[in-house]
Amino acid sequence: MTQNKINIQSYIKIENNEIVLNGTSVFKIEPTDFTDFAKQAYRNFEMQYPKFFKMDALSKLAFLGSELLLSPIVSTDPSDSELAKQKENNIALVLANKSSSLDTDVKYQESISDKENYFPSPAVFVYTLPNICLGEISIRHQLKSENSFFIFDAFNTDFMSNYSEILLNTNKAEKVLCGWAELFNDNYKAFLCIIDKEENEKYKNENINTLYHK
Amino acid sequence: MEALKAELKNKIITTLNLEDIAVEDIADNDPLFGDGLGLDSIDALELIVILDKDYGIKLVDPKEGKSIFQSIETMAAYIDANRTK
Repeated sequence: MTQNKINIQSYIKIENNEIVLNGTSVFKIEPTDFTDFAKQAYRNFEMQYPKFFKMDALSKLAFLGSELLLSPIVSTDPSDSELAKQKENNIALVLANKSSSLDTDVKYQESISDKENYFPSPAVFVYTLPNICLGEISIRHQLKSENSFFIFDAFNTDFMSNYSEILLNTNKAEKVLCGWAELFNDNYKAFLCIIDKEENEKYKNENINTLYHK
Repeated sequence: MEALKAELKNKIITTLNLEDIAVEDIADNDPLFGDGLGLDSIDALELIVILDKDYGIKLVDPKEGKSIFQSIETMAAYIDANRTK
């Protein structure tokens, strides 16, 4: 399958204790576990969203990436009309990964495996689905848009491009935040990008596949 | 009772991942929900688990939670009167 022409506006990669935004390293620390990395990144970018600490690791990963991409473009101006905000914030979310929510599923399973000490945690249970991270992003940015989470063996960039293009061409969304957010047992990699109908000179010769593998 | 209140504040901060809040930030009569600590419905369920797991109290009627979980003061008083461990 050939990849259709889509217009990438910005992208972010998170892996190996580093965050790279639009090709530039914006945060890098000494090797540590993901929980610590996420906490330090949150503090570094002064995100001011205490609910972040209640999220599971997959949601934190997707949240960190989306936060840096969406914050500059999502309308938060209280003087904007509701209609203008809805149009401006009509950003579909389409993510995928390999391990689904297995990282949290395993933790939850451990919490209920001892019948003599059986205290399931509601706060862990609510994250035992991969698409919960999309809900967290939607709540944060007041998005009432299309969203989907897919599970693939590897990042299927053709699928992601085509799916996003359909959302844009059928006017289901003004922009699409799409990508890969994989995390299991402290191994993590996120690649997220914003695409829309407008061509961006900076990435006119790039597509999701080339940027993901850069 | 003062020790129990301090214990509860620590448990709440740890269990509910209240990263930016310290024990001394929580007054005994601060509301736990709404304008106080700002806990949500999932946090309420976690508080019910704490009662069961750490103090042997099973809340049969979740509606009871509204008065029990008003503040650290009301929570400690309820635990003190009903704990089995």
